[in-house]
Amino acid sequence: MPRNRNILLFTLAVLAILVLMVVDMATGSTHIAPREILNALLGRGDASIITIVREIRLSRALTALMSGAALSAAGLMMQTLFRNPLAGPHVLGITSGASLGVAVFILGIPAFGISSVLFKSLGMVGAAWIGSAAIIMLLVALSSRIKDIMVILILGIMLGSGIDAIIQILQYFGSEASLKSYVLWTMGSLGDVTGRELAILAIAVVGGLALSIPSVKPLNLLLLGEDYAKSMGTDVRRARILIFVSTTILAGSITAFCGPIGFIGLAVPHISRMLWKTADHRVLLPASVLTGMATMLLCDIASKSLALPINTVTALVGIPVLIMVVFKNQFVK
Amino acid sequence: MIMIRLNDITLSHGSLRLFDGCSLEIAAGACTALVGRNGSGKSTLLKAICGNLRPQKGTIEIAGKDVSLLKPAELARLVAMVSTERVRVANLRCVDVVAMGRAPYTNWMGRLQPADYEKVTDALRQVNMTGYAERTMDKMSDGECQRIMIARALAQETPIMLLDEPTSFLDVPGRRQIADLLASLAGGMGKTILYSTHEIDLAVKNCTQVILIDGGKVQSLDPKNAKERERIDSVFRLPL
Repeated sequence: MPRNRNILLFTLAVLAILVLMVVDMATGSTHIAPREILNALLGRGDASIITIVREIRLSRALTALMSGAALSAAGLMMQTLFRNPLAGPHVLGITSGASLGVAVFILGIPAFGISSVLFKSLGMVGAAWIGSAAIIMLLVALSSRIKDIMVILILGIMLGSGIDAIIQILQYFGSEASLKSYVLWTMGSLGDVTGRELAILAIAVVGGLALSIPSVKPLNLLLLGEDYAKSMGTDVRRARILIFVSTTILAGSITAFCGPIGFIGLAVPHISRMLWKTADHRVLLPASVLTGMATMLLCDIASKSLALPINTVTALVGIPVLIMVVFKNQFVK
Repeated sequence: MIMIRLNDITLSHGSLRLFDGCSLEIAAGACTALVGRNGSGKSTLLKAICGNLRPQKGTIEIAGKDVSLLKPAELARLVAMVSTERVRVANLRCVDVVAMGRAPYTNWMGRLQPADYEKVTDALRQVNMTGYAERTMDKMSDGECQRIMIARALAQETPIMLLDEPTSFLDVPGRRQIADLLASLAGGMGKTILYSTHEIDLAVKNCTQVILIDGGKVQSLDPKNAKERERIDSVFRLPL
């Protein structure tokens, strides 16, 4: 029975996330046994371990959870809306848009003369939102004129490259210190989000995900294309706006705080489709969120164990999935 | 009762003006074929009737209401549409596609009630696709997909059903079956059916009314009338 199978898969996914979270918190420069982690979370045991677990490892694991959830949900919505299995925040240039916003902000900080940490992190998020929203709006404007989805995808890639070029020009003129912090940001990191930033990120991710819930019914109908969705009573314009606002918040916020993390948004929805064997977004959305969380924790564990930047690991995980999707599509046609 | 009424409409496809000052009436319960050469504007006209395209001039009325004033949710309870778009989504089960037809009646999450499930089963039965419910849309023939899309339109329970070339991609028996099915829906269930087609013989045999588009002019003809039948044939006759 598909229903029982779904319940089983959801239960397994939640269990996997819990186990992976403990493993993730145990992994690091000093290994901490799972039992010690649980004790530290409850405020028992060695004071230094409590500090490490609560202030460093827990924040990092939570950031991994949130980025996995947000990027996967954003990727799923993009794939359905653009009716393209290769769509995702990274491929469509939305992450690049966010990067441009952040680049302008970071490289421009000396010029703005900003020193407040809170203002800096809020400014980063704001800049990333503006950047990604600008790209999304451009894509929407183009997609209403251009019907061929492959062209939109190519335009997204071109936009991304164009933006990278602009960023390089900005870097050329940036100060040495701001340049260094920008380059570090581009490598992507889950470990730099702490305290207040974590709270801002959590609010943004929860808000973005909450907006994606009312999009579930329109997303299901959009599987048949916009004309069909409209003929079945969907207010397509409203649905598009809702989906775009939700993806901007989700992808933009994660990019602002963790750097441009590629391939998760593209690959995870496919993994969830394979596991849950459905196209129904009432199942796929939570499934992608959970699979994204687990995948991101796995990537973080690998990143910490091998001392690699997080977006190198996500690329290694995501690219095989991408290649598989391309091949499968070839065979369907 | 008039179900579809075009009042002096002007309609273009991009920069190409297809109809100028065109008026038309289709009665409730009629099975109507829309015929015309390629590029004559059959699909454009169907799009305008289901509200996806606005005429530059004039109005289109559906069940006595101006289409441009209806909200998508209201329109979805009056008109169901089957387009030429081929839906080949992996993992999408036929039963779920048919269930989408219930969208105008379900809540914000699209949750089906027991009565909705019954209507979905009923719609699948009417197109003889009950055995295909659990199959996915990427693993079916064109004809089977077409039947599922028609079942979805049936589940939408609208008084009007518009279909754009429902018999294309199908083999000869498949075409006959679809044309018979559409005629029986109009005759037996009282639905108003309007479909575009290139199958003149099928249209003449199965429809109560044939709308001929020729050179921007729209004519409503009775296929049972020999003289009017001659007019239909003349448009499609090869010049010697």
